[in-house]
Amino acid sequence: MTDMIRVDALSKTYVLHTQGGVEIPVFAGAELSVAAGECVTLHGPSGAGKSTLLRCLYGNCKPDAGSIRVRHDGGEVDIATAAPRLVLEVRRRTLGYVSQFLRAIPRVPALDVVAEPLRALGVAEEAARTRAGELLARLRIPERLWHLAPATFSGGEQQRVNIARGFAAGHPILLLDEPTASLDARNRAVVIDLIGEAKATGTALVGVFHDDEVREAVSTRIHTLQG
Amino acid sequence: MTPLLKVTGLTRMYGNRVGCRDVSFELWPGEVMGIVGESGSGKTTLLSCLSARLEPTAGTVEYDTRAEGLQDIYAMGEPRRRLLMRTDWGIVHQNPRDGLRMGVSAGANVGERLMAVGARHYGEIRAQADEWLRKVEIDGDRIDDLPLTFSGGMLQRLQIARNLVTHPRLVFMDEPTGGLDVSVQARLLDLLRRLVTDLGLAAIVVTHDLAVARLLAHRLMVMRRGEVVETGLTDQVLDDPHHPYTQLLVSSVLQP
Amino acid sequence: MTGATGYNFAYLDEQTKRMIRRAILKAVAIPGYQVPFGSREMPLPYGWGTGGIQVTAAVIGPDDRLKVIDQGADDTTNAVSIRRFFARTAGVATTERTTEATVIQTRHRIPETPLVEGQILVYQVPIPEPLRWLEPRETETRKMHALADYGAMHVKLYEDIARFGRIATTYDYPVLVNGRYLMRPSPIPKFDNPKMHMNPALQLFGAGREKRIYAVPPYTAVKSLDFEDHPFEVQRWDQACAICGSADSFLDEVVTDDRGGRMYVCSDTDHCTSQQTRKEAAE
Repeated sequence: MTDMIRVDALSKTYVLHTQGGVEIPVFAGAELSVAAGECVTLHGPSGAGKSTLLRCLYGNCKPDAGSIRVRHDGGEVDIATAAPRLVLEVRRRTLGYVSQFLRAIPRVPALDVVAEPLRALGVAEEAARTRAGELLARLRIPERLWHLAPATFSGGEQQRVNIARGFAAGHPILLLDEPTASLDARNRAVVIDLIGEAKATGTALVGVFHDDEVREAVSTRIHTLQG
Repeated sequence: MTPLLKVTGLTRMYGNRVGCRDVSFELWPGEVMGIVGESGSGKTTLLSCLSARLEPTAGTVEYDTRAEGLQDIYAMGEPRRRLLMRTDWGIVHQNPRDGLRMGVSAGANVGERLMAVGARHYGEIRAQADEWLRKVEIDGDRIDDLPLTFSGGMLQRLQIARNLVTHPRLVFMDEPTGGLDVSVQARLLDLLRRLVTDLGLAAIVVTHDLAVARLLAHRLMVMRRGEVVETGLTDQVLDDPHHPYTQLLVSSVLQP
Repeated sequence: MTGATGYNFAYLDEQTKRMIRRAILKAVAIPGYQVPFGSREMPLPYGWGTGGIQVTAAVIGPDDRLKVIDQGADDTTNAVSIRRFFARTAGVATTERTTEATVIQTRHRIPETPLVEGQILVYQVPIPEPLRWLEPRETETRKMHALADYGAMHVKLYEDIARFGRIATTYDYPVLVNGRYLMRPSPIPKFDNPKMHMNPALQLFGAGREKRIYAVPPYTAVKSLDFEDHPFEVQRWDQACAICGSADSFLDEVVTDDRGGRMYVCSDTDHCTSQQTRKEAAE
């Protein structure tokens, strides 16, 4: 099996210059590899750096040392050192991400928020919207909300829009940061199904789940981080 | 593949004072770069140097011309530079009055760049002006109105239409949402974001508003006292700032 | 007729004339280009033809025959004064006949009678810069001329059509000279614009207050700006001249009483007179 993600000797320390240069070491020498079809769950106590590692994988957080090699376009890209436009290109075609919070853009309706990653891949508007609609329906977002901007939605609704957006494009790698945090049991089950389907199609997933039920249902492997 | 803009060691001094110093970067087609920093950090000086409006003291600005590839914009002749500025480039000023002809109609404002590059068919010029007014969400029946009768948000949108009508490849924007009401800002931002994506425009956006930067820019350049202190992917710079000044800038933003 | 004593021939001193002639030569060499010159104080106010008078003074010789028209008429105050000025200061012969004149100074018209080789037409120009309404800075307009950066000029015509459905500019209508320089033809009606094109006479333009001289040499292309779908057109009238019956000349509307009575007559008095004479001879 080929590794979709390989993290080597990754270190990250936050330096808070505005607070007297306090240093907060998060992790040092972290290693991780994820193969296609796997769902690796990051586990560890609060503050162990689960979210930071996930954000490093997405290029949202800049590590101090080490490499994050991601299989992209038949080659490898080191997210830790790649130029911004290459990271964006990897995100567009290879790397999906479901964050904890939806960053809503004013005036853009939910359906287009979900369809956007597909549109970015060149999928025609109608096809992209159809796929977006399917996902929103599965996640029980009432159709009357599809054409409204999600800024006014409830926390749970926003989270589900965010999940739909993350799964829409079917990226080969998907990062999940507590996707089920504010969902009820029925919607959690839908997310578990979506993750299962993604694994079956060969997607490499890395996730942080605080919910034991979800973690047990989806994890192929548990990767423990020491706090 | 070549970058659209290649900037090397760009420095602009005002006597002994630094406008901007030793700025280097490359901008690629379709890429939107935000320049952030507080007032007086050299953002506008840098933008003026980049957009051929202020000769730098040192360094070069090279642009990938359609005919001859990368050319130093300050070394090429004035006619070519002017042609570039009104075909391949757009400049959106913070105050739309600086970028518009206030004494002629909205349609003429949009049509001017077409006429400047040789369009001589009134009907076609007008049809294009009409189409662009619609694209920036200005009613077609305002085409013959003077900009004097427009609101601030409409003026800014008119300025954008005027710039985009010749299908530029690179647009310079100086605080495009500055001086507008928050509600108007959101609409303008959404419009800009869509146009930039749909047209595959490359853009350099100067702003002191980090929310604007996050929404529009793919990557950021943080300036302080005329120098670039941090660069990177927009969300990385804003969510994991490294330089003390960037951290201060990010932590100073008021959350509504 | 003898000249007034105490003045140099044609009022201006010879050094000034040389300076103006040099400017004229340069203007002729670069058709439509505005040449700066050291405009002198003349014994009449700005706006009355100080530029035209200096050009005329610089080119006129003792053997010339001068005609002066104002709005086409030989008998208005301005025309009469300038004609008398040269009759006294240069002692030259004057005429009201276009065909007899060698130098014609004009304000706001080109004679209806076609000009011929060897004739000089001197225009009085109030504002020489065609780009001035668009761009107030002289440094910038000069640069625009240098780069033939004229596209924005059409904005004005665009505005006309948008507002009136047609190009409503009727006088001082901008032209492109010799395919290169944009030029203001002075406030002549656009009816006269086609006469400038390939004219056998030398056309000189003098702006005294603005200190500019420009020229259209004989047989030079002069094109009026327009749009493909709104081509340049000249004014037309439903009636003929009430005096001479001419149907193809530029007509002035003359109010004859306070009860709405009016008539249309030729603005070119010499043309009108010769048409009448011809008509009478035919009868």
